[in-house]
Amino acid sequence: MSILIDESTRVIVQGITGRDGSFHAGQMLEYGTQVVGGVTPGKGGQEVQGVPVFNSVKDAKAATGATASVIFVPARFASGAIQEACEAGVELIVAITEGVPVMDMIRIYHAVHAAGSRLIGPNCPGVISPGKSKIGIMPGHIHEQGNVGVISRSGTLTYEIVHSLTALGRGQSTCVGIGGDPIVGTNFQDLLPLFQEDPATDAVVLVGEIGGEEEEKTAEFISRNFSMPCFAYIVGHSAPEGKRMGHAGAIVSGGKGTAASKTDAFNAAGVPVARTIDELAGMVNEGL
Amino acid sequence: MKIHEYQAKELFHDYGIVVSRGAVAETAAEVRKLAGEAGGPVAVKAQVHVGGRGKAGGVKVAQTPEEAETAASEILGLNIKGSIVRKVLVEPASSIDREAYLGLIVDRAIKGVTFIASAEGGVEIEEVARTHPEKILRVEITDGVFPADAARTLAGNLFEDPATVEPVTDIMEKLFLLFLEKDCSLAEINPLVVTVSGDVLALDGKINFDENGLFKHEDIEALRDLNEENPSEVEAREKGLSYVDLDGDIGCMVNGAGLAMATMDMIKLCGGEPANFLDVGGSSNPEKVVNAFRLILGKGGIKAIMINIFGGITRCDDIARGILQAFEAIEIDVPIVVRLSGTNAVEGRAMLEGSPLIPAESFSGAVKKVVELSEGSAA
Repeated sequence: MSILIDESTRVIVQGITGRDGSFHAGQMLEYGTQVVGGVTPGKGGQEVQGVPVFNSVKDAKAATGATASVIFVPARFASGAIQEACEAGVELIVAITEGVPVMDMIRIYHAVHAAGSRLIGPNCPGVISPGKSKIGIMPGHIHEQGNVGVISRSGTLTYEIVHSLTALGRGQSTCVGIGGDPIVGTNFQDLLPLFQEDPATDAVVLVGEIGGEEEEKTAEFISRNFSMPCFAYIVGHSAPEGKRMGHAGAIVSGGKGTAASKTDAFNAAGVPVARTIDELAGMVNEGL
Repeated sequence: MKIHEYQAKELFHDYGIVVSRGAVAETAAEVRKLAGEAGGPVAVKAQVHVGGRGKAGGVKVAQTPEEAETAASEILGLNIKGSIVRKVLVEPASSIDREAYLGLIVDRAIKGVTFIASAEGGVEIEEVARTHPEKILRVEITDGVFPADAARTLAGNLFEDPATVEPVTDIMEKLFLLFLEKDCSLAEINPLVVTVSGDVLALDGKINFDENGLFKHEDIEALRDLNEENPSEVEAREKGLSYVDLDGDIGCMVNGAGLAMATMDMIKLCGGEPANFLDVGGSSNPEKVVNAFRLILGKGGIKAIMINIFGGITRCDDIARGILQAFEAIEIDVPIVVRLSGTNAVEGRAMLEGSPLIPAESFSGAVKKVVELSEGSAA
């Protein structure tokens, strides 16, 4: 098993005729993901990477029975694309797009929840259940099917961690990049119950960074509701206050959201926090 | 993006929020003239993006035009936490009866925006929140609609004066509208004052904007003051690189923001000091790497450079080729440790053999090496 996606997940690509959308549709198909169609308004009837293009998500869903969508449209159109997907009843929406305005996210976050859909991202690498399906831009081949769940606010850093786990023979059940923006559709503590219920997952790795207080809230959640072994890694210890470290959400402000505060919170919840990637992979390896 | 107080007040004024209105000057002589026109005591206020200007001597009240000129000559050119004062705002000094704090923020916890207010005006709100959390009033909004009743309650509690309820509520509504329409991330009126004649007005203003929302607002982008920004960070933005200047001497070039932070942390853990945060992205484009090298070396004092790349879909051998081409294009006289990992890492490292670049396999090994080299060249 796995969470969120598996071999039966049928995916459409919003923005499939663009450079990134088209390239990654090809990469996902190569990995074995069931990419069943794409959407670009005004380009319905074309074919990209051998899959049909539709004018709207509604048309695409009706014709293909898609249950998930991945969004590659430019930032200014991203919240509209998310809205279209949730109005069409798509269950899982993965928004890769970087640079979505926070105000757009505030509006769409509540709309997605009200509609009962799940949004991953934006500004994220996506979701992969190794050996089954990948919806996103991560390099598939560094992953290996296994029993470690991974949740991360980062992209490349997650690949690095997954690569280290795989090298130690510790495969992954599902890896979710939740995104580096201040407001994202799904957070650590939204996913933990899914991993808890998943018989294929035996441990969870949490990769956090400076900014916001989600890690602190997650630590509290773990101490009350979560029994599976967890391991954490937090980056941004050396980041100065008030500076955005690449990710729109990675900023310490008003003394809040520091790496130290997150580390302390996890430690207090009994979650070991690694100082380096090697140490993290080692902890998982020994803890299983 | 940050703007100056005088710009924030112009925006407040555009939205109908009553502000103490003044004029901006760049010389002491202009200030004297403006103070003369004002015909009474004036406040001369440094226009800088950093906080704490009052404590740094950046705000003075003057009774006469002569005093205003003297005050301006002291303030202009002042270095406040690294910001040089180039402009001052001259405005009539208000007779304050009471003052409070009123702010609006993007609230990550509730996925909305939240009003924060406190009767403790003119001081740092974070300090009040820490020491007297009970003195903080809040109204949370997640549906994008101004909550008039909750705002009225907050307004009533703020000054505990029925006469101020409507004007404060009105200011809150206008601030809310401005916040949503202009994609703000923070808007503060500190202090919001009641004058002795009973008027409610914004005596100071601060607005930060969501960088991701700026594409919608050319008028706001035009308010950007490049003098207030780090020159390397300005250059990086123009080149499409994500860069933050730090104090150390080990330059960093990394793909991905998370991995870049991990690299900085690791350098620090190994006893070194990172000189910057720099995310070059996932491409193997030599031009991007050249720009990155120039940025890193541009500020001087760099003793070694660490390149940390995880090759995913972009292969490490392509990345190594890009780095070599960039290295040939510019002159670099500090040691460079290149750590390649992921797809085709072995091939990538092999390509660096024989070049002055020092290839490394493990993350920790590479960092130890670069820290050692930075110390070596210091001796």
